[in-house]
Amino acid sequence: MERREFLRRTGPAVAVAAATGATGLLFHNRQTARRRTVISKITSFEIPVDPTLPGLSLARNPDPVRALNTALDAIGGITRFVHAGERVTLKPNVGWDRTPAQGANTHPALVAEMTRLCLDAGAIEVTVTDVSCNDPRRSFLRSGVREAAERAGARVILPVDSDYVDVRLGGALLTTWPVLKHFVETDRLINMPIVKQHSLSRCTIAMKNFFGILGGRRNQLHQDIDQSIVDLAAFVRPTLTVVDATRVLLRGGPQGGSLDDVSIEDTVMCATDQVAADARGAEFLGLQARQVGHIVLADRSGLGTMHYRAAGYSETT
Amino acid sequence: MTVTTVRNLRRVSQVVFFLIFVWLVLKTTFEVDFSPADVSEIALPYPVSIALQFDPLAALMTLLASGTLYKGLLWSLVILIPTIFLGRFFCGWICPLGSLNHWMSEFRSERSARRGKKKMDTNRYRPYQRIKYYVLFFCAGAAVMGSLQAGLLDPLPLLARSIGTAVLPAVHALSLSAVTAANDTGIGPLAWVAAAFYDVLNATLLSYRPANFHAIVGIAIVFVLILLLNRFITRFWCRALCPLGALLGVFSRFAIFGLQKDEVCCTECNRCLLACQGADNPDLGRRWRQSECHLCLNCQAACPEGSIRFRFFPSREETQTNPAGTPKVDVTRRKVVGSLLGGVAVVPLFRAGDAFEANRSAFLIRPPGSIPEEDFLGRCIRCGQCMRVCPNNALHPTLFEGGLEGLWTPMLIARIGYCEPTCTLCGQVCPTGAISELTLTRKVGDDDTPPNRIATAFVDRSRCLPWAMAMPCIVCEEWCPTSPKAIYLKEEIVFDREGNEVEVQRPHVDPALCTGCGACEYACPVHDRKAVYITSVGESRSETNQILLERDRV
Repeated sequence: MERREFLRRTGPAVAVAAATGATGLLFHNRQTARRRTVISKITSFEIPVDPTLPGLSLARNPDPVRALNTALDAIGGITRFVHAGERVTLKPNVGWDRTPAQGANTHPALVAEMTRLCLDAGAIEVTVTDVSCNDPRRSFLRSGVREAAERAGARVILPVDSDYVDVRLGGALLTTWPVLKHFVETDRLINMPIVKQHSLSRCTIAMKNFFGILGGRRNQLHQDIDQSIVDLAAFVRPTLTVVDATRVLLRGGPQGGSLDDVSIEDTVMCATDQVAADARGAEFLGLQARQVGHIVLADRSGLGTMHYRAAGYSETT
Repeated sequence: MTVTTVRNLRRVSQVVFFLIFVWLVLKTTFEVDFSPADVSEIALPYPVSIALQFDPLAALMTLLASGTLYKGLLWSLVILIPTIFLGRFFCGWICPLGSLNHWMSEFRSERSARRGKKKMDTNRYRPYQRIKYYVLFFCAGAAVMGSLQAGLLDPLPLLARSIGTAVLPAVHALSLSAVTAANDTGIGPLAWVAAAFYDVLNATLLSYRPANFHAIVGIAIVFVLILLLNRFITRFWCRALCPLGALLGVFSRFAIFGLQKDEVCCTECNRCLLACQGADNPDLGRRWRQSECHLCLNCQAACPEGSIRFRFFPSREETQTNPAGTPKVDVTRRKVVGSLLGGVAVVPLFRAGDAFEANRSAFLIRPPGSIPEEDFLGRCIRCGQCMRVCPNNALHPTLFEGGLEGLWTPMLIARIGYCEPTCTLCGQVCPTGAISELTLTRKVGDDDTPPNRIATAFVDRSRCLPWAMAMPCIVCEEWCPTSPKAIYLKEEIVFDREGNEVEVQRPHVDPALCTGCGACEYACPVHDRKAVYITSVGESRSETNQILLERDRV
């Protein structure tokens, strides 16, 4: 066999052998774990403190829309919170497949009115969303929130898996969690909780409502629920908190189901201090703020004050 | 109207009915842009299981097994009665699985090995085509004994099941990983194209959430095999195995429409045979078989001499070299009785294996509104519509949880999804009444009506956080949807490892209130094997699978 032919015939085999070996070496012990893009929040949703205005206002009216407007005017009106050209995200509680009367989800009329107010104030987009516990399609449908908000001009988002981003929360307990992106990628965040009884945290009002921005296995948060709530509240810091106490779920929370457990209170509260909102809201459930672990912890952490009467409180009935 | 026009009409009909069928399966889902007409009861806007109710086999078999023709199944007469006069037009013109087989058989076949003499050969009538009649009579025998096995091979449920639980979820998973892979490349335009592609799929094919289904490997294998066999023998499934085709073949016994061959002008070019779908001997010198013919009209269109004609009252005159067609099915009475008895015998055999209810899997939890197990097995055609429509992906095809007899019937796996208390969609879409339709009141109960129960929850105290690890939790109680909650908490002082006092709330289940929806199991943070779980005991549909002496306390 000639040298030339030998080379020609062994050449391809050698080349494939070399490529095989090189592939093995190239991938040997390579780190293949999927990269997680973790983002840190840059926007603050809060507005500057105004000492002339109360941190918490409460209004009673059988018409929830008028109650909302009264409470909002007492705390500075919508123009204090939403400015022209801003994107606003509303976070109602739409956790459960329940009707408005059952008092498990935020009243659809309040969500619609808030949407309208934001749009009137010049917001370019109002997004309404929540990470429901029950199937989001059913929860948004039966709560009436989807229809009411869309009719008022909001964009309603039913979250899907790809809508979550990993966010560095920087809490004592909650470090990095998947958060629904619409709660991060926005200019103003308005928390719209409802007042309900809860067996572990005793009440679920404003701060607890932020469980609903999280994806992942958030049912593990119950193992230290007070710290979890405070971590989340410290991270989010909403522009405004609008508490729906038109109906209050006294028992069987947080999803209820029986009208016997619902007490009609016809009340709406607006707050820049979410701890104050929780402290006042807890009273609807017959609780004092100092009996509620996460309110005490939030007060102690400097997130707000549970002694709301001392710090500026208005009540209109 | 020329024969080529009629053949083109057939092609249009095949495409249209196939698209309607797939569209109905696609619509068997709770869509996001649903308009809330009446929010207290959520119903689908279309009768999505209507295609399955046109199925004469499902109608006959459920009739034999349950003694009743459920709701829309009367529509099946629209197929069956014309078949008596015309023959198997359904197979050639309507059946979506038949059309799929048709297309798979003809796809590029001119360039495949199967052409010319070989193709002609495989298109002659063969004795293996009798198998489908044995399948039919076997299923009928089983149905007489109360066990509906026809659903496994009935083409309409088979296709609905395959598309709904295997094809569409696989497409969803595939497109998701394609988007992820495109994103991971970091190439902007590629990611953009992938996202656009996904959006198009999402708007057309994909459901709101990707679904997973237990035990679909078998379903997928059967489906792929059926499609692949067409590459070897044209429409092998339709010719040899399909029990619905067999039923329609039997019902064409007295057909007045059929094929007539003119011996004089035939040159025996055998083009008819090359084009034949059903292997029913359209060529000269063999007896044409009405029961095998799909009425696709390919043979008449292929005949250059005009010696083949489909007509009413075809001549029955025979000559030495040209026997007339026959409407008779090519199976002997002995074989019919044999397969019927086989089907009759298999049911006691299935049920003799274990004491029927005593040793059934505790995790065989049927959908809400399901009828008692024995009746259920006489009605469920395994179409998978309930599994597809379930908004929580809670319903899954069984493997052997319901015994071999119950293969691919629906069961609830609460770890994957729980039964949404106010949802009644599975009963709405069930075409045969294996899952009866519940009103909202009958599902959740009220002052006069007990709720529909599918199971009962139990706490595994060796895994539950407050019971076993002195840690707070209560997630199961939070998720319990009944009022008052079936899961209640008792406060206890326990000691942690260091001996410190810890106050925990330990969950307990009140079996009188529990409906077995499985929300607790779904939400329990002990992820792999839940610390609270449901088993079928207490289900409303059973008289005996009960714990409590006093049931249905309101």
